Amino acid sequence: MIFSFDLLINAVVSGILIGAFYAAVTAGMSLSFGILDIVNIAHPAFIILGSYIAYIVNVTFGLDPIITSIIVLPAFYALGAGIYQVYYVSFEKRGQESLRGLAFFFGLLFITEVTLVLYFGVDYRYVDAPYIGPTWHPGDLDIPLRILVPCLVSLLLIAVLQLILSRSFIGRAIMAVAQDQLALRLLAVDPIRIKRIAFGISIATASLAGAFLIIIQPVEPSVGREYIGRVFAICVLGGMGSLPGTVIAAMLIGVVESLTATFYGPSWAPAVSFGFLLLTLAVRPAGLLGR
Amino acid sequence: MTALLAVDNLSKRFGGFVALDGISLSVRAGERIGLIGPNGSGKSTLVNCICGTLQNEAGSVRFEGHLLDGSTAHQRTRRGLARTFQLPRPFASLNLVDNLRIPLLYAVAARGARRAVPDIEARCIALLREVDLDGKARRLPRELTQVEMRKLELARAMAAEPKLLIADESMAGLTHSEVEEILALLERLNAQGVTVILIEHIMRAVMSFSQRLVVLVSGRKIADGEPNTVVRDPDVERAYLGQ
Amino acid sequence: MRSDLFAVLCVVVGGAVFAAVLALGNDYYFFAGYVVLQYVVLSTAWNILGGYCGYVNFGSAAFFALGAYATVAMHRLDPMPIPVVVILGGVVSGVVGFGMGYLTLRLRGAFFAIATLALAVVLQTLIVNWGYVGGSRGAYVVRPETIAPFGSYIRYLFLIMMLLAVGAVTAARAVERSRLGYGFATIRDDELAAEASGVPTLRLKLIATTISGALMGMAGAPFPYYIGFLQPSSAFGLDYTVNSIAMPLIGGTTSWVGPLIGAVLLGSLQQVATVTISSAVNLLIVGFLLVGFVIVAPNGIIGLARTYIQHRPVEELGRRRLDVDAHGSAPGSTS
Repeated sequence: MIFSFDLLINAVVSGILIGAFYAAVTAGMSLSFGILDIVNIAHPAFIILGSYIAYIVNVTFGLDPIITSIIVLPAFYALGAGIYQVYYVSFEKRGQESLRGLAFFFGLLFITEVTLVLYFGVDYRYVDAPYIGPTWHPGDLDIPLRILVPCLVSLLLIAVLQLILSRSFIGRAIMAVAQDQLALRLLAVDPIRIKRIAFGISIATASLAGAFLIIIQPVEPSVGREYIGRVFAICVLGGMGSLPGTVIAAMLIGVVESLTATFYGPSWAPAVSFGFLLLTLAVRPAGLLGR
Repeated sequence: MTALLAVDNLSKRFGGFVALDGISLSVRAGERIGLIGPNGSGKSTLVNCICGTLQNEAGSVRFEGHLLDGSTAHQRTRRGLARTFQLPRPFASLNLVDNLRIPLLYAVAARGARRAVPDIEARCIALLREVDLDGKARRLPRELTQVEMRKLELARAMAAEPKLLIADESMAGLTHSEVEEILALLERLNAQGVTVILIEHIMRAVMSFSQRLVVLVSGRKIADGEPNTVVRDPDVERAYLGQ
Repeated sequence: MRSDLFAVLCVVVGGAVFAAVLALGNDYYFFAGYVVLQYVVLSTAWNILGGYCGYVNFGSAAFFALGAYATVAMHRLDPMPIPVVVILGGVVSGVVGFGMGYLTLRLRGAFFAIATLALAVVLQTLIVNWGYVGGSRGAYVVRPETIAPFGSYIRYLFLIMMLLAVGAVTAARAVERSRLGYGFATIRDDELAAEASGVPTLRLKLIATTISGALMGMAGAPFPYYIGFLQPSSAFGLDYTVNSIAMPLIGGTTSWVGPLIGAVLLGSLQQVATVTISSAVNLLIVGFLLVGFVIVAPNGIIGLARTYIQHRPVEELGRRRLDVDAHGSAPGSTS
């Protein structure tokens, strides 16, 4: 293990930046799992789907991935709303969400993955954009722009999401539906419709997160599974539904992963987030900024 | 005489919300206690803390002199505490006989009097007969009416052969004669030596049943004594009529 | 029927199956049959925790792989006959199952499932980094060509797996009908009410994870001999996790019959698909069947059969609540 201060600083900085991206990836889960108690274990699969759509459009039309993801946002929203409707009718209504609802999302996860494999194969795919390649060198640091740009847009996404949840009527209805469905009904608001909207938003964020992902790293279908652990770890650690908590937790995990990969080697990286998750669940299930 | 159940300065909070604030209660063997209070006053939380479904943060619960704090719900049931749930929670995939079999297999058997299977079957049917459900012995809980579900809930608590039974709003939504049925059942139980704490909103049932009335308001005990005296207490009147 | 009579009956049936496959005259059927029998064990094992108790385990592959890697580790030290490594695999995975249970069983539903997933990845990372068993490079396990009196080695492996399958199914059936089985059902139906009725839920859940893990480990123990070259990516493969969940859900989770039907039908279907189409399409089929059954026929094939025979819809059994109670704590917190 060669210890150098430069190495340490760079690892920490890149960990923080990647952490911001992880937060964007998890934001959707904070909504569906943290607030609505829907265990959408397939969330990473939708992110990979977003990555591949960004890839196709980029390769065919040369369009920037982030722009693409914004354009297909409505489609992802509709997909999310549709999936929630099926989930509600088949499982939530019958009280089956524990076993069968979980199995449902699990099925969606690998149906998506296998379909992508059949269609695209297992080769890594990547996109082209003007900020992929150049690196910024403030002082002694090396900050690749392909990490910095998604990081900044991620933080923007989360800020927008937080604004929606705290200021808009829909946002506050979503927070309310998590706590008291009956009260919502008395206000003549249909909780099912609110949950459908919320889940739609959740999947819509996956579109953006997918674009960020393929900018940061090459993507192939099974990459999604790596993220399952990270996403749940961040969600639980961040306090289940608290967006600020999600950002902090994400950056924490980003830094620890980065340090582990730098000083111990990348083959240990998957264990970091999953290990974090186990630790959090065992010790403090309410997370850092608990509910 | 030592109390059967001794709750001492019990407190429980949920985040910032104080559900129970220093509750003390002493119950002697064979008593019939009525526990009343407005909605949200903490009655069910108290039951949950006594029975181990929730763990209290401060204070203690003693049963027959043994400290219960830290022990699990099933351990308390084995010691002789039983309760019904406000909203009945039957075992949906088991028929009525099997629903009653569970406490016999697990709570009663653990006390050392392990019975062979035929005995247990007969005991279950007998219990069902006491609550007039033996006709539906092999049916599933979803085929029961509301009243029948509440009776099953009581029967299941009785199957644990408790020394103390806490009946949590077992009569909600029942008709006059159905309330009488349940009351008669609880009185029979008490006559057999089971101490009963009845939590109810139906005042005439509570008044006719209780030897002692305890009133809970906003997590605090505001009255504890002879029923007729308690209902005339100005604090109690204010709690029910004032707000 | 008493358990020992049932076991004898199973052995007879198993023997008949063996003879039938022998009569087909092509060793390929033993290779395919081994996989199907392996899934019978895995599904039955998964169902003890998943179907009977209602706790979803996403880490089946890890327990399976642990059994396989225990064999490899033992083989490097001092090669043992297969029945011995099967028991070893069972012990290793049983202990890990107990440990996992101890760490995670205080968690409700979804959190438990996620924790099992996390554990599986952590275990895989540990194995990948363990050079003694070959790590990511893989490990060769040489198996003899023939073994008396069976002839080719695969027939011996097939027979071992058949015995394991008989054992697993008999055990599951015995559990189902015992006091333990009743206890498991109450955990699935309403854990809170179970505790209040005197059921020591944590202890029972630990028993379930231990038995389930041990059986999965036993299923994995002969695998290195079957495959010859063991790599973490194949031992920890997604298909073990997916199938061990899909087969019981499709067959029916409330009894030992479900996983058996699911494994035999789905397993055979996959063997045919792998040869005729491709193994990726294979998984896709499982995925669609899983999602389809879970939406349309939640009680699986057993449920459909019951509906058909009784001419009225059977409502879903084994309802589990995610909440604690009306005043309860949030999911995932300890009570």
